Amino acid sequence: MITLPDLVETVVKIAFILGLTIGFYAPIIGWIERKQSAVMQDRIGGNRAAILGFTVIGLFHSLADAIKLIFKEDFVPRGAETALHRLAPVISVVPALIAFAVIPFGGTYNLWGHETRLVIADLDVGVLYVFAIASLATYGVVIAGWASNNNWSLLGALRAAAQMFSYEVAMGLTIIGLVMFYQSLSLVEIVDKQENFYHWGIIWHFPAFILFLTCAIAENKRIPFDTPEAESELVAGYFTEYSGMKFIMFWTAEFLEIVTISALCVTLFFGGHQIPFVTVSGLIDFLGFLGPNGANAAAMLIGVAVFIIKLTLLIMLQMSIRWTLPRFRYDQVMKLGWKMILPASLIWIFLVGAGILTGVMPAV
Amino acid sequence: MELLIFYMFAIVSVAFAIFMIVARKPVSSAISLIGVMFCLAVFYVLLNAHLIAALQILVYAGAIMVLFLFVIMLLNLREKQGAISYHRTALQLAGVAVFCALLVPFMSMVTIPGTSGGAGVSADFGTTAGVGKLLYTDFLLPFEIASILLLAALVGAVALTKLKMK
Repeated sequence: MITLPDLVETVVKIAFILGLTIGFYAPIIGWIERKQSAVMQDRIGGNRAAILGFTVIGLFHSLADAIKLIFKEDFVPRGAETALHRLAPVISVVPALIAFAVIPFGGTYNLWGHETRLVIADLDVGVLYVFAIASLATYGVVIAGWASNNNWSLLGALRAAAQMFSYEVAMGLTIIGLVMFYQSLSLVEIVDKQENFYHWGIIWHFPAFILFLTCAIAENKRIPFDTPEAESELVAGYFTEYSGMKFIMFWTAEFLEIVTISALCVTLFFGGHQIPFVTVSGLIDFLGFLGPNGANAAAMLIGVAVFIIKLTLLIMLQMSIRWTLPRFRYDQVMKLGWKMILPASLIWIFLVGAGILTGVMPAV
Repeated sequence: MELLIFYMFAIVSVAFAIFMIVARKPVSSAISLIGVMFCLAVFYVLLNAHLIAALQILVYAGAIMVLFLFVIMLLNLREKQGAISYHRTALQLAGVAVFCALLVPFMSMVTIPGTSGGAGVSADFGTTAGVGKLLYTDFLLPFEIASILLLAALVGAVALTKLKMK
């Protein structure tokens, strides 16, 4: 039965995750995208939006964007399927958000007699849940392209469906080796097993990390895999016919997916909230001078901070990839997915299996 | 609580199923079918089969239905042509209702072992480890046969399309 403290705990966790993703990362990534690209291309970047003369290195541009887009005309083209046209942006935002439910952002802490595990839901099938949710993200795009009654949109949606579907398969296979290594599908268990720095995913599964990140970026349809919205061929692809808030929802969905992918990478390959060579209980002991509750609370804050730092670094990595590479051609994208990444991940599964059988890889 | 959730989703899933049959637009039908798949996943969760629920969404809602939509969009099927035949729809619905009514007495006759009263369900029932263990011990042969069948179907599909291309 659900008790009141558990309910409060879950609501607080959900509020924290929503605040972190929609409230913090979505606008900040918009800003990072502008500023980081500016630095990489030797420009200054947005610096005009100001409140009382303060520009805060361009941060107000996100605010200005939001205000502008809220007041923009909400346009539904003639001949569009109105209901589906409205529904599509929502369908694309929701999966990116709820995937976060199984990602642990801290360890287990005992606060005032109440045991808290910093994850919204510790599912036995955590990894599968994330993939199931990620596979639903396709619908937002496909329905948007279909409902717009526009050939560019439809072409973009078709490309997106084919691309996302192909890379989902490859993405699932890149993780199998990791699941074999940690012998669990639960993300919480996987993070707990990375308490020992020498068991981090990145150390034993570096090829899987590269393959996974490639697939994840392709799944998110960002450059170099943004053929569904290739502006030089398809105007803006599947969201050509969207304006105002609906347009920004597609944008937000893309940013949220960056955060989700990074969080998943942190969880699977970089030990989540774990600090190298420091165990959670060791950290709590070290902070013992704060009293039992203070030590637990401080350890919790440190764990969450470590998680956020790792998350931000991975987001910046994805940003730099986006501003480094040109767009692939559509056939190149499909070839890369089916003829290179898929066989490579199969080979990696075989190698991990051999490694575990022969004892080259440690049992964790 | 569980009963409430069950009835809620049961009603929703039946509504989706009916809408899938009577909808005039192929896309609406496909989307309703996705709704039905979701409700089925909820039922699996209620039955403690979390792995099957995740696979239900991953495979049916996430992959197969995307292909359905893909084909509908590729052929650009819009609305069904011709006047709506309420007569026929009513007949179809009546047929379904009669069939369901006939099923009810059978339901009470059949009891599935191990399902009565929730007794006899082990702790690892429905977990990934539990299902995996069953698949690779008791049901190894059916599992392998199914995988070979699927592989044959896959190769067959590829061979058929290649044949047409030539």
